[in-house]
Amino acid sequence: MSEKITCTKGLYKEFSRKGGAAPTATHYCPGCGHGILHKLIGEALADFDLQDRCVMISPVGCAVFAYYYFDCGNIQVAHGRAPAVATGVSRATDQVVISYQGDGDLASIGLNETLQAANRGEKIAVFFVNNTVYGMTGGQMAPTTLIGEKTITCLGGRDPMTQGYPLHMCELISSLKAPVYVERVALSDPANVRNARKAVRKAMEIQRDGKGYTFVEVLSPCPTNLGISPVANNEWINQEMMKEFPVKNFRDLTAEAMAFQRPQSDFSTASLEKIFDLETTVPPVSGATVQGEAQVKIAGFGGQGVLSLGIMLTQAAQAAGCQVSWYPSYGPEQRGGTSNCSVIVSDSPIGSPIVYQPDLLIAMNRPSFERFKNDVKHGGTIIYDALMGEVEIPEGCKGIAVPAQELADQAGNSKGANTIMFGVMMATGMTKLPDEAFVKALEESFAKKPKLIPINVELLKVAKAWAAKHF
Amino acid sequence: MATKLVKGNTAVVVGALYAGSDCFFGYPITPASEVLHEASKYYPMLGRKFVQAESEEASINMCYGAASAGHRVFTASSGPGISLMQEGISYLAGAELPTVIVDIMRAGPGLGNIGPEQADYNQVVKGGGHGNYRCIVLAPNSVQEMCDATIKAFELADKWRIPVYVLADGVLGQMIEPLSFPEKAFQPVADNSWAVAATPETRNNLVTSIFLDFDQLETFNNRLQKKYAAIEEEEVLFEEQQTSDAEIILVAYGISSRICKSAVEKARAQGLKVGLFRPKTLFPFPKKQLQALAAGSGVTFISVEMSNGQLADDIRLAINCSRPVELVNRLGGNLLTLDQVKEKILAVAGK
Ligand code: SF4
Repeated sequence: MSEKITCTKGLYKEFSRKGGAAPTATHYCPGCGHGILHKLIGEALADFDLQDRCVMISPVGCAVFAYYYFDCGNIQVAHGRAPAVATGVSRATDQVVISYQGDGDLASIGLNETLQAANRGEKIAVFFVNNTVYGMTGGQMAPTTLIGEKTITCLGGRDPMTQGYPLHMCELISSLKAPVYVERVALSDPANVRNARKAVRKAMEIQRDGKGYTFVEVLSPCPTNLGISPVANNEWINQEMMKEFPVKNFRDLTAEAMAFQRPQSDFSTASLEKIFDLETTVPPVSGATVQGEAQVKIAGFGGQGVLSLGIMLTQAAQAAGCQVSWYPSYGPEQRGGTSNCSVIVSDSPIGSPIVYQPDLLIAMNRPSFERFKNDVKHGGTIIYDALMGEVEIPEGCKGIAVPAQELADQAGNSKGANTIMFGVMMATGMTKLPDEAFVKALEESFAKKPKLIPINVELLKVAKAWAAKHF
Repeated sequence: MATKLVKGNTAVVVGALYAGSDCFFGYPITPASEVLHEASKYYPMLGRKFVQAESEEASINMCYGAASAGHRVFTASSGPGISLMQEGISYLAGAELPTVIVDIMRAGPGLGNIGPEQADYNQVVKGGGHGNYRCIVLAPNSVQEMCDATIKAFELADKWRIPVYVLADGVLGQMIEPLSFPEKAFQPVADNSWAVAATPETRNNLVTSIFLDFDQLETFNNRLQKKYAAIEEEEVLFEEQQTSDAEIILVAYGISSRICKSAVEKARAQGLKVGLFRPKTLFPFPKKQLQALAAGSGVTFISVEMSNGQLADDIRLAINCSRPVELVNRLGGNLLTLDQVKEKILAVAGK
């Protein structure tokens, strides 16, 4: 004997998705509260003219087949994830979204999703059916099971020493700032159903107006799993359940809450070109010809600008119209606060972006020098900071000690040591890139602080002049 | 065509935006977080929707919601996060929802570390969650391909109503290369034939993965298998480098294939007949092409991967173990080196 729904406002006239011999009967047990709550929600959907712009989310639990009944768009989802799915639907469509959930789904497996969606103030209506027990899976203890209440997984009654206490969802939700409306109602007698109807309508009005998050907890009978008659179940709700879960309003900010709309998505090519700043791409240096490949490793302490020096070289290669790749040290390589990057400049597509045997090593400190010096190719060059003092250059390699800080200070730009290094790199000719490419790279690097461009270009000249005298 | 230097992780977001994705939901995890950062920056600039979710479970389910509504949606994560998403991905497959998932792989198992590895191969290529399902898996190997594969992923997701992965690793995510931006942005339209878009046209639609009747579920499963077979027919992508006369064929995808490219050049310079076969789709796996290569006399395959032979297994399956399949790999976040691959080539060549 299934309960017969007589008022089908907002619900399908016949439940064809359910099929079977009784197309107007629900799949719920006799005396179950779900049918009543369905009627109340369906009625509000119809009365507020929401069916064409509403999505109902069916959970996992006894209401898993809510989509048999609600005459609106329907989505069935994984256990406990309804508020996350609702978030996705709501953000995408900015229409009315309902998350219909039971106590296991909402307060146990989906507690995180429940609280987080509430805390974000998603524009969703959550209807929470609390009957203190898992229905569909056969009567196990729920987070809302009362102390002493017997279920098949707490045969002796829920013992707080081993099973904790009932979880109060309205109380939890109303401790958050964002929710607009939080109320607990019951379906245990006509007076309570009337109040429940008011709460449902209020929640749906708030959704219609796009004001934010609403949460309505509904104390509901599950005579099947409580093993008592529907009448006894309703009495138990009034006498026992309401002691633990007082029926009342916890929050009503309807008057203060402002309707808000999500922005329209902009799909235009022009807007994309604007945000990625594509109009201002610098044309490559003309007449530049790079032949072969240069592999560069730049290493130093984190904070020494190692990675950005590498990016500047990458920009120079890009300006010269070359193939180029930049790869930073990352993960385990970063231990000990040192960092390094690999830059490969080439006339043909680049294989591995990782430099194992550099043609050119830029070592900004001693540990980096010691770590990479023996990897440098025979005939390669090591540019290092002169402050490191005496070092031993491997056989067959050339070492250039650059007094970068001193040169920068002399040029009146104490922050320019890295640009000096960049200039020396340029002066070695090892990167195979023309000088104009280095200038372009500086222009691009300092595009946001154009004042700094001339002094840095000046530093390039200083470095080049120094290099001409020293190697 | 505008070209800019960008990171692999950024290129993914560029691709998604040009593909008409208007929803991104994600959770931070190294080395995929930059995708989240870039999405948080660019999506709102265009009125598109960005949410930093409370977990990977939530992000994949937010994707489920936006995909149900017919919007182009994506998320990005790395190994541990992908493991958490598997439940949701099974549901996406069961409800036939188009979604793009970017996996910037790190080293595992467990928390492992944030170094690059390719050990998500099995969980991504073979299904990963419960049920008889597959996802399309694209494996880019450059910054340009990170963008292009993401665009392709959205196209395939819509075409087949299927979750599509872009499978990359920490190196591809972190590296910078020039990116040629797409010429034109795609203008998405929801497919009203199945989407639940909160509109009058879609009011009667239902998104679900439930089939209570065993026979109906079997029929549905069989239909999915047919779809996967059609994908295997139509969507295979691969690349070859000097395989025609090769006696040793390296097989690699993603960053490993870049290392192999250099290895092949070095080996050829030494007069060794070495080639590279690079699957660009891992599902569908280029079985026929590998079979054809295996039919050549005396070929030895070397699977070059940053995982424990997960790719090698698929090569063996594809060629029905008809030729030897050697393995050269690194694990734990260590990158394969060129020397390692060269040594293996020499060992196989008997030099
Ligand atoms: S098991 Fe309980 S909650 Fe579920 S349908 Fe039956 S009475 Fe309703």
